[in-house]
Amino acid sequence: MLQNDIAISVEGLKKSYKSVAVLKGVDFEVKTGSIFALLGSNGAGKTTIVKILSTLLKQDSGNALVNGFDIVLNSDSVRQSISLTGQFAAVDEILTGKENLIMIAKLRHLSKPVEIAENLLIRFGISDAADRRVSAYSGGMRRRLDIAMSLVGDPQIVFLDEPTTGLDPEVRIEFWKVIKELSSNGTTVFLTTQYLDEAEHLADRIAILHEGRIVVSGTFLGLKKLFPKSKVEYIEKQPTLEEIFLAIINKKGED
Amino acid sequence: MKTTNNYFLNDLSVMVGRSMRHTFRSLDTIITVTIMPLALMLIFVYVLGGAIQSGSDNYVNYLLPGVLIIAIANGIGYVSYRLFMDKQRGIFERFHSMPIARSAALWGHVLTSLVSNMISLVVIILVALIMGFRSDASIVSWLAVFGILIFFTLALTWIAVIPGLSAKSVDGAAVIAYPIHLLPLISSAFVPTETMPGPVRAFAENQPVTSIVETVRSLLSNQPVGNEIWIALAWCIGIMLVAYFFAMGVYRKRM
Repeated sequence: MLQNDIAISVEGLKKSYKSVAVLKGVDFEVKTGSIFALLGSNGAGKTTIVKILSTLLKQDSGNALVNGFDIVLNSDSVRQSISLTGQFAAVDEILTGKENLIMIAKLRHLSKPVEIAENLLIRFGISDAADRRVSAYSGGMRRRLDIAMSLVGDPQIVFLDEPTTGLDPEVRIEFWKVIKELSSNGTTVFLTTQYLDEAEHLADRIAILHEGRIVVSGTFLGLKKLFPKSKVEYIEKQPTLEEIFLAIINKKGED
Repeated sequence: MKTTNNYFLNDLSVMVGRSMRHTFRSLDTIITVTIMPLALMLIFVYVLGGAIQSGSDNYVNYLLPGVLIIAIANGIGYVSYRLFMDKQRGIFERFHSMPIARSAALWGHVLTSLVSNMISLVVIILVALIMGFRSDASIVSWLAVFGILIFFTLALTWIAVIPGLSAKSVDGAAVIAYPIHLLPLISSAFVPTETMPGPVRAFAENQPVTSIVETVRSLLSNQPVGNEIWIALAWCIGIMLVAYFFAMGVYRKRM
């Protein structure tokens, strides 16, 4: 049952847009139930990898298996196993939050779509806004609905393409909790991010994509070892702006 | 595991349900596809009608086919607009990464255009009846009228799909609607073509809208349709097929 231990395996993936080679031979593996973070600067090709693995885009060469299925030969089975949350919240603004979730549940051919929708609304704390049109939602609420839509039907592998870009710090940390929960329930999470702290907080394994190749990959501790031994220095610990912000917000919430 | 093709009808009905909601929740759409043609009909009959020599004693009878055509032409800009928004907001990507029949996402928009246009045509015909429109056409003639209008709607809808999928901006997506709006005005929809100067008359008599309007008018007034009905059908089906293949080509390439 070796195959089931590996949720995603990628071998020699290449992709060019016209004459620009974006991916020049990408290899990596993601273990089932783990959180895998793909790091890279803007334009490094992170989104291209996500699009190829979620069957939206065809690679020029190389192979990839997702949940044991070939992404080209068996794309239907791949789509059964995954969900994709893109960089921008792909929610229907004219429908209500609940209608959005019911729509996805119906498209996934699940029984009891209304019940599924209601449970997810509660889980993501948007049940108060369930019957409001999404155009009236705040950015954070949209993103939460977006993720909730991706979890309809409990896909085994969840692709999140820069999921926290543009989120305020509070929502971001809330979001991290959701990801950890998913992974502890056995869902594989594939995440791209530009934020190093996000990868550090969440990921079991980190891979860095640079100039079309994975330049390093490993656990955070493993990556740390690549650097020269740390010097011990004593400094006064200053609170970060994030800590200050959160402290103030939380105090307000308690009043 | 069932293949996604088994779900085509289920997926299509979810998609149509979604975009019908878009249509009914958009006051703008309802005004453009129903209220505007009705206003036009009222103005032509009660303001200009006295001065127009249509050669028929009941001007509403003369005018109705043209108003129906205008209503259809007005509505198709929304097809482009909604497709463009789905593409831009990542809704298509979300759908395409799911185990659904892929073409359902596109057909949903096309069928919605057809259904919503038919609803507005029925409303317009009912108002015309109140304004004095009378027809002793048989059921078969009525069916032929709706048949031609359905083909005309599908032809324009598939034309509208092309800019919807390929435009770079929302203005570009909607621009297709303008030339199509003009076609009914340069036809026998409102006045007989005999009064027009040579080149305009030549254009008016040989463009698709005139043959469609004449056919519908003949059918509704129980006159022999002659060759006109075949010319009208040839236009509609010809345009529909060319636009369909072109649109599907764009869809496969871009999506």
